Amino acid sequence: MSGAPAGAASGSDATRAEVCVVACAEAWRGDGEVLAAAMGVCSVLGARLARLTFEPGLLTTDGGALLTAEPIPLGAPAGAVEGWMPFRDHLWLVLNGRRHVMMGASQIDRHGNTNISAIGPWAKPVSQLLGVRGAPGNTRLNPTSYWIPRHSTRVFVERVDTVSGVGTDRGAHGLRRVVTDLGVFDLGGPGGTMRLLSAHPGVEVAEIIGRTGFALDVPAEVPETRRPTGEELRLIREVLDPEGRRDREVRP
Amino acid sequence: MTAPGRTAGTGGEPVAAGGAGKVMTAAEVAATLESGMTVGVGGWGSRRKPMALVEAVCRSPVTDLTVISYGGPDVGLLCAYGKVRRVVAPFVTLDSIPLEPHFRAARQNGVIEFTEYDEGMFMFGLYAAAHNLPFLPTPAGLGSDVMAVNPGLATVRSPYGGQEVVAMPPLGMDVALVHMNRADRRGNGQYLGPDPYLDDLFVKAAGRAYVSCERVVDVLDEGPPQTLLISRMHVDGVVEAPGGAGFTDCAPDYGRDEAAQRAYATAAADPEAWAAYRKTIDEGAER
Repeated sequence: MSGAPAGAASGSDATRAEVCVVACAEAWRGDGEVLAAAMGVCSVLGARLARLTFEPGLLTTDGGALLTAEPIPLGAPAGAVEGWMPFRDHLWLVLNGRRHVMMGASQIDRHGNTNISAIGPWAKPVSQLLGVRGAPGNTRLNPTSYWIPRHSTRVFVERVDTVSGVGTDRGAHGLRRVVTDLGVFDLGGPGGTMRLLSAHPGVEVAEIIGRTGFALDVPAEVPETRRPTGEELRLIREVLDPEGRRDREVRP
Repeated sequence: MTAPGRTAGTGGEPVAAGGAGKVMTAAEVAATLESGMTVGVGGWGSRRKPMALVEAVCRSPVTDLTVISYGGPDVGLLCAYGKVRRVVAPFVTLDSIPLEPHFRAARQNGVIEFTEYDEGMFMFGLYAAAHNLPFLPTPAGLGSDVMAVNPGLATVRSPYGGQEVVAMPPLGMDVALVHMNRADRRGNGQYLGPDPYLDDLFVKAAGRAYVSCERVVDVLDEGPPQTLLISRMHVDGVVEAPGGAGFTDCAPDYGRDEAAQRAYATAAADPEAWAAYRKTIDEGAER
């Protein structure tokens, strides 16, 4: 836990990936004692960082069936555990509801409908992806956020090819945040459409609009995404991800 | 009350420890399958998949199978061998390699049919089949294209208040194949890793079930009673298959062999490399 002297790192030298980790962490703020189910490196780091700092009630896993007593570094063994959550219990917990999931998406539209199943016609896809996985149930029954490491017009589309996760126009339980490598969004625009909440440091709003394939709700004033604190940077760099796997997901 | 078509446990007398019991070979298991059958495969993604049994099915003449699985290389390999008419799954993945190459190719070439369910719906389908229920209600799936691509999927309204839910039908199967860490000759199966997956439901949902295992033992005493996941009352055959989960995770006996899995996925991308890879399965020694 110890290393560089306190205060050595500050928000101004944070990498884009580190900004994304903190933006993902913010999605769970105020959730209390719920399972933070995360997919993707920055998302997993965000859940564990939130638990280590401002949201200590969160429950996090070892990436498998174990609820760890403390947030653990990426890829580390579970160590002490506080609970057991095999896949079947994850699926029951979806129905129970004490869970806020942050998923990935290969396509997302302006209402937050997402696709992880297939690109092109479902009957004979151009590109078969994972399948719908738990996305239909997650989005119908749990607060859901998304982590999308590469914001582009290929992902942010007018219409998703297959609706795996449901959006605000299809009965979503509650879509909280969409975090990308460029900015932070919610579904608070007109009619439950996607709205830009903040642009990451160094990102122009015009770039976000240009890399989004639908009309985005953009307020007149767009704040900058919160920079990590010195303590958050220390936790990310020295405790949670000393191997720097976050930088392989979002290039510095 | 027994499930339709169940043949297990009809002998009455438990097998004495040390007796031959239900022990058989993977090839003998494969020989019990018939073309057109529905086969459920336990495990999850690239975790504790009964690959020795799946490879034996690949070497057998059966075809036209419907495969029910939280899919991994089991689905991929059966697709690569042309054994599959339909896949029923919420996903097919190798976990550390997200997309399963043979399943992708089969879908993109339009050579298999696909019934796609949400993971929770799929589990309820297994629960329904395992307990002879006509359906189980769940809100999961509503609003998504799972409803559109499964036109036979019905919704019902609660008689207690009107909430609309999906009536998930039972995912019954002719045969279930699962891989355990340990089993005894009578057919009791034990998992020693962190997750049972849904293997107990698969064997209960099946007309016949076959359990491969890392080691057949006289006494299943390596874990507490709750690790005794599968009861002999549901099991027709036991196969001792050390390394029988192939490159998939089989904790605590072994973790996923990432290099072997990469070799599998890499070979899939090139016809010549795949022919060579396939030869090793075709000529696989009987386990």
